[in-house]
Amino acid sequence: MMELLQTLHQAGQGLFGPLWLPLWTLVKIVAVVAPLMIGVAYLTLAERKVIGYMQVRIGPNRVGPYGLLQPIADGLKLLFKEIIIPTGSNRFLFVIAPIMTLMPALAAWAVIPFDVGMSVANVNAGLLYILAMTSLGVYGVIIAGWASNSKYAFLGALRSAAQIVSYEIAMGFALVCVLMASQSMNLGDIVRGQQGGAGLFGWYFIPLFPMFLVYLIAGVAETNRAPFDVAEGESEIVAGFHVEYSGMAFALFFLAEYANMILIAALTSIMFLGGWLPPFNMAPFTLVPGLFWLLSKMSFVLFLFLWFRATFPRYRYDQLMRLGWKVFIPLTLVWVVVVGAWMQTRYWLW
Amino acid sequence: MNFETIVFYVFAALTVFAALRVITSRNPVHAALFLVLAFCSMAGIWMLLEAEFLAITLVLVYVGAVMVLFLFVVMMLDINLVQLREGFWRWLLFGAALAGLMAFEMIWVLGSSRIFAGRIAIKHAADYSNTKELGRLMYTDYVYPFEIAAVILLLAMVAAIALTFRRRKDAKSQAVAKQVAVRKADRLRLIKMPAENRARQGLDSTEEVAR
Repeated sequence: MMELLQTLHQAGQGLFGPLWLPLWTLVKIVAVVAPLMIGVAYLTLAERKVIGYMQVRIGPNRVGPYGLLQPIADGLKLLFKEIIIPTGSNRFLFVIAPIMTLMPALAAWAVIPFDVGMSVANVNAGLLYILAMTSLGVYGVIIAGWASNSKYAFLGALRSAAQIVSYEIAMGFALVCVLMASQSMNLGDIVRGQQGGAGLFGWYFIPLFPMFLVYLIAGVAETNRAPFDVAEGESEIVAGFHVEYSGMAFALFFLAEYANMILIAALTSIMFLGGWLPPFNMAPFTLVPGLFWLLSKMSFVLFLFLWFRATFPRYRYDQLMRLGWKVFIPLTLVWVVVVGAWMQTRYWLW
Repeated sequence: MNFETIVFYVFAALTVFAALRVITSRNPVHAALFLVLAFCSMAGIWMLLEAEFLAITLVLVYVGAVMVLFLFVVMMLDINLVQLREGFWRWLLFGAALAGLMAFEMIWVLGSSRIFAGRIAIKHAADYSNTKELGRLMYTDYVYPFEIAAVILLLAMVAAIALTFRRRKDAKSQAVAKQVAVRKADRLRLIKMPAENRARQGLDSTEEVAR
């Protein structure tokens, strides 16, 4: 596989000359984004099916066998719907907001390593780049809420802004622990740091277990998913920041939410669950390509997202803020010190 | 003109345009959003200088956190534009003098041949880590200035909260520690009662079910 890519790369260089680099990058981007979009489409179906079974229902089963064509039907429906721009809204910002939500969710994928040396860009400060990109996602929500010229949308935007900024701090400190443990900000090196004879016991979720939980929960909060979906809060503020959006503009918010979920799942797998590494360092496991392991870990984390949604009632807003500021941030701060001290002793085995 | 120069001029033009719009746009929310654009294009320029740590930190800290809070506040304000523009002519002279002084300082520092004479940017190899070098310098050679700056920032933060924080008397909040500490015995009392003899009261079991 890798050799084939190498020969293709070399052949392309000979054929296109200086134009090859942008072309090759474009190919790589398409190779990441196209499966991602299909993944998003089928994640919506998976969500409805999983939650359906958890609630003793069947879920969508009319369009195609087992409802497998449901996402396509949904997409077509949204595509043909009219985009209504409310009077008194800020037209330019109203249109640009969904794009600004989706853009960082896709841009962050540039540094995700799928296997050894398999990433669009191998950036040294990859972890920082990820943090920067995920922190940009909030703009779409705020701008959407403000430009809609609607009270519910505005309330949703304010809630979302406060929530995302608060949880970002805890998330950042959890990542500080990861980069302390791996001594690198390169995502590929972080996975390599978890490599060893011990298999899954070498992954960072064992020494950094509290951080793993904090990251996972903060990730749910960052993506505005239940039980932290106060930005949407159907029962309180109708649909929050995207209440005025219809058709494809709404679909973009939807896409961004699910793309963000997949991104958080990928990041959790890479930083805490060993990325492309097999769980046991033995023959049948090491023969399977690394991409399979990464995807199965991502599926597991995504299943957790759906499971949370089916299980927990929505957090009240003040409880959510309390959890972020008074529980997670002190916990992560303490764990930074603990990891720092632990690494100076000889009991640090990772 | 190579590709990098083109990218530089695009980002530079974008920065200047955004910065101008920050001070000329009438709507404060638009102004804040143009400031975000200015930060982003500035980060692009820093990226061209191979200062990737600074560029990403600029986006992470200023765009991702500071400007979000800024927008948060600006959006909630009900700003009267007429009132804002009232003192324009009165303060124009003072503002212009200040701006001139700042421009003079910048030209003086950046334009002086002594500082930059003989110094050219060195191109580093791809494996050169800007972040590591910055960290090494900050925590060895410049550790005292760095720590002092951190303490000053912390002080400013605490002071800002202390100055603006007002405790409302009518606010109600939950004492979570007390809620967690509650035990079953504090809230619930189980009483043992002898069962009633229903047959004596003339109620048979079918009537009981119907009720």
